[in-house]
Formats: sequence, C-alpha cells, structure tokens
Amino acid sequence: MSGSRDIGRDFARRLLRNRLAAAGGLVVVFFFLVAAFPALFTSQNPDRIDVANILRPPSAAHPLGTDDLGRDVLARVVYGARVSMKVGFVAVGIATAIGLVLGLLAGFHGGRVDAVLMRFVDIMLCFPTFFLILAAIAFLSPSIVIIMAVIGLTGWMGVARLVRAETLSLKERDFVAAARAQGAGDARIIFRHILPNALAPILVAATLGVAGAILTESALSFLGIGVQPPTPSWGNILTVGKNYIEFAWWLSLFPGLAILFTVLGYNLLGEGIRDAVDPRLKGR
Amino acid sequence: MLRYIVRRLVWAVPVLVGISLISFLMIHMAPGGPISVGTDLNPKATAETRARLEAYYGLDRPLYVQYGRWISRMARLDFGDSFSPDGRPVAEKIRERIPITLTINVLSMGLIFLVAIPIGIYSAVYKGSLFDRISTVFVFTGFSIPTFWLALLLMILFGVKLGWLPISGIGSLEYHSLSLTGKIADRARHLLLPVLLAGFTGLAGMSRYMRSNMLEVIRQDYIASARAKGLPERTVVFRHAMRNALLPVITILGLSVPDLLGGSVIFETIFAIPGMGQLFYQGVMSRDYPLIMGILTIGAFLTLIGNLLADVGYALADPRIRQG
Repeated sequence: MSGSRDIGRDFARRLLRNRLAAAGGLVVVFFFLVAAFPALFTSQNPDRIDVANILRPPSAAHPLGTDDLGRDVLARVVYGARVSMKVGFVAVGIATAIGLVLGLLAGFHGGRVDAVLMRFVDIMLCFPTFFLILAAIAFLSPSIVIIMAVIGLTGWMGVARLVRAETLSLKERDFVAAARAQGAGDARIIFRHILPNALAPILVAATLGVAGAILTESALSFLGIGVQPPTPSWGNILTVGKNYIEFAWWLSLFPGLAILFTVLGYNLLGEGIRDAVDPRLKGR
Repeated sequence: MLRYIVRRLVWAVPVLVGISLISFLMIHMAPGGPISVGTDLNPKATAETRARLEAYYGLDRPLYVQYGRWISRMARLDFGDSFSPDGRPVAEKIRERIPITLTINVLSMGLIFLVAIPIGIYSAVYKGSLFDRISTVFVFTGFSIPTFWLALLLMILFGVKLGWLPISGIGSLEYHSLSLTGKIADRARHLLLPVLLAGFTGLAGMSRYMRSNMLEVIRQDYIASARAKGLPERTVVFRHAMRNALLPVITILGLSVPDLLGGSVIFETIFAIPGMGQLFYQGVMSRDYPLIMGILTIGAFLTLIGNLLADVGYALADPRIRQG
C-alpha cells in the first residue's frame, strides 16, 4: 500500500511546513513530556510544605517562587500538567466516543433514528454547557474522575453533528455503492469505508476539543469546584494567586501562562491538521 | 415568511418538552432522588424542608403524574423555594438578578459585533498583510487565553497598579447620592472590564468567522463580475461582498447565547456582580437545589429564544432561507 504511505508522508510534510502548526505541535509534545516525566523538570516535591518560606518571589531555589504554604510553584505547575493532560484526553475521549456512535447511527440509518437523535442534540445544545457541568457537580462531589466524566458527557454534541454530516455525504459515494454491490454488510461499510474517510475532521475536532476541555477544567478548579487541593492543578493554583493578587504576582502569572501555552498549542495543532488534510481551507 | 416562523416555532415545541424532560430526569437520576439531594447533602435542610420537598415533587404519585406537575409548574415559572435561609421563591430571586446579566451580555454582543466585523472584513480584503497576521495572532490568543486569568491580570493592571477602574461590584458606595450622569459614569466604569472580558473570546471567534465568510464570498462569480464591470473596489467590498458575508453572522450571534450565559458565572463571581451567574455559583456552592434547577431551565429557555430570534432574523435578511 505505497499509495497510502505517500498520502501520510504528504500530510506530515504539509503539517511541518505550516510553521504555526509545527510550533503548536512542539508545545503539545513539551507539555506531554512534562506530564509524563515530571521528575525531569523539577526535583521538588509539589506537596512539601515549608512554613519558613511562605510566598517567596522567584529565586534560585524556587525558580517560580513559593505559595501560601511555602510549596514550590514550579513543582506544582509541573505536576499540574498531569491533571490538565489527563482531563483533556479522557474528557475528549468520552465525548468523541459518544459523538461517534450517535453520529454514525443518525447518519447511517437516517429516518426516524436520525430525527430523534438530532432533536436530542438540539435539546442538549440549549443548555449552556457550563451551567450543565456546574449543576452536575453540585449533585456529585467534585473530583478529577467526575470532572472528566461531566466535561465528556456534556461535550459530544458537536462531534455527533460532524460525524453525522460526514456519514451522510460518504454513504452516497460510489465506492460505498460498489462495496455494497460486492456484498459488504453494514458493519463492513461503516468500519472499512465510512470511518476511515471521516477520521480527519474527527481528529481536528478532538484536538480542538482537548484545548476546550483544559480551559473548562482550569475554570472549574479556579472556581473551587474542580480539582480539589492539595492535588495541584493550574486552575487551583490561580485561586490561591487571586487571594494574594496584590503582593504575589508569580502565583497568578505562571500557571496562567502554562494554560495559555498548552491551549494555544492544541488550537494551532488542530488548525494545522485541518489545513494539512484539506489544503483548500488553508489560511481561513 | 409567516410560514417559516411557524415552522421554527413548531420545531421549538419538542425541544421545549425535551428541556423539561431532561431537567426532570436530572432530579430523579441524582443519587437518592430529589429528597436525598435536597436534604442529606444540605446541612441547612430541616425536617420541614424535607416535608415541603416531598409535597412539592409529589413523590408518592406515579412518575408521569410527577412529570405533568413539573411541566405545569415550569410553564408558570414556579421553581419552588430556595434552600437558603431566606427561603424565598426561586423565580423571584432569578427575576431580581437577570437584568444585570442580560445587560452585560447584550453589551458584550454589541461590542463583538462592532469590533469583530471590521477586523474580519479588513483581514480578508488584505489577506496576508501585516494587519491580517497580527489579527490572526490575536484570534488564536483570544481562543486560548483563560478569560478568568485575563480578568485577574487586568484587575492587577487597572485596579491595583493604575487604580483607574474599580475591581468589584456594579456601583460605588456613594452611588445613590450621585447625579444621573454621575450614576451612568459610575455604572459604566464598573461594567467596562466585565463587558470587555465577557466579549473577548467571542470577539476572536467572530472576527475569524467573518474573515472566512468574506474570503468565501470574494471568490464568487458575482464579485468577479462586479469588478469586471468597473465598479470601484469600495463598492465591491461593502455593497456586494460584505452584505452577503454578514448574513450567517446573525445565526452565530444567536448561537453565542449559551456561551455568554455560561461565562457570566465566571465574570460575575470574579467581579462580584450580583447577577444570575453569581447566583448560580452561590447555589452550586450551597447545593441550593431548586435554585440550580431553576437557573438551568431558564438558561435553556433563553438559549432557545436566542436561537429562534437568530432564525427569524436570518430569514428576514435572506429570502433564500424563508423559501427553502
């Protein structure tokens, strides 16, 4: 299958040639490494309390300063990356899985199934997502698992619409008709012919979705209803930063920059993948 | 036109029923059902509240009867009484808080519209120019920046360091003794940062959207023929291209209602603005269950209304839609 390898290489080359997308990819890889091997980036324990060194500005011992309990901010930001990456990936995984199944069902079957499912999507989209997430958290107690589940369960509607639209257009193509004429069943057509062709837009949506999920988690944690201290997350470090906003700027600045760069990385990468997959959309 | 509007209204009916069904199910799927959620998790709830809740939901009745009662209460906007010590009706509390939230959201929508449209048009017409590249950076930053963090930074800059703007509330202590113009100026100073921040993400999204619409329209044949017959570029851009590129923007404004409402929770909490978002946050923190359900439902209604208004506006602007 040299043809598909050429396509893959072509895709990779276009992605790398897009400088912004390549930069985004680098940032994503960097924070991935930080989350996977935190010990490489800091030798400090993020939970070690040091009452003798409370709210110290950045120094050689503490490159990003210390917080209100004397904990090292660099260590907390580094270990906070784990939370963000985990929440981003699991939440988007849940949302993509649900959106994929419902979108395929609606697009492939059409008719009444389609009408009912898409009406359900309309209804879900009427609830402001952030309201839904907060309401769900009010019933259950906030924890990382709940946050991931809730963000995932409230974020699948866009994927469902996308997959449905792709399925609708793909199932009318000649190659699907040809496969059917050769006796291929529904499952074979869905998994061999429709899904592989719909993969690119789903990948784009998922990449942008990770960015959104990380932003949502940080906002929840900032409001005190997300990841609970002492587990460090970028959002809950910022909560402490807000309390000392007038004399400890480093507590507000660095975790925010970490969020900004990570989210920017995923957004640029997502847009880059879109351009690389469909060069016609380039620069739009 | 009338037929189109009627068709959209007919579409809204099952959605409305769905909204009520989902909020109804949420109460019943909660661990332990509504009573347990309302009382076990809420230390302030008394035996009296428990009895009141049981009567309110009519839990001894079959499920469909309960749902029927829930619907008829919702139709009358009766969401029961708040769990907070004052125990006032939820509808009353929401009514007090809604005007300020809507004011901020409408103002930021206006801001989005006024700023994003020119940026989008200019970037598209001068694609690849320095302005276009700068606005692209701005757009990606706008998408990626956590707005609550930006709020913190602006509070440090304008509130703490420069001291130009107040950083909380919607009026100064001496608000009531100010003259009318003084009152307006005072309110404007308090709302400036929240409106700016509430609109920030939308600003980025809308200018990108406008840019890509413009690029799409400029490629069309009728633009080429407008140029070919010698019309000045101004006329081509503003009369032929912009009008068509603007159409879908109406829909996007309608679709941005739920995001703006969700965002109000964050801004109103940070800036201590007594609106619906802050009320919702307080409700979540104190597990004030009727209040949460009330605001959730109202939020969905407002979104639905936003969608319908956008549809009708689009149909008014574009004859192809109302015929199609």
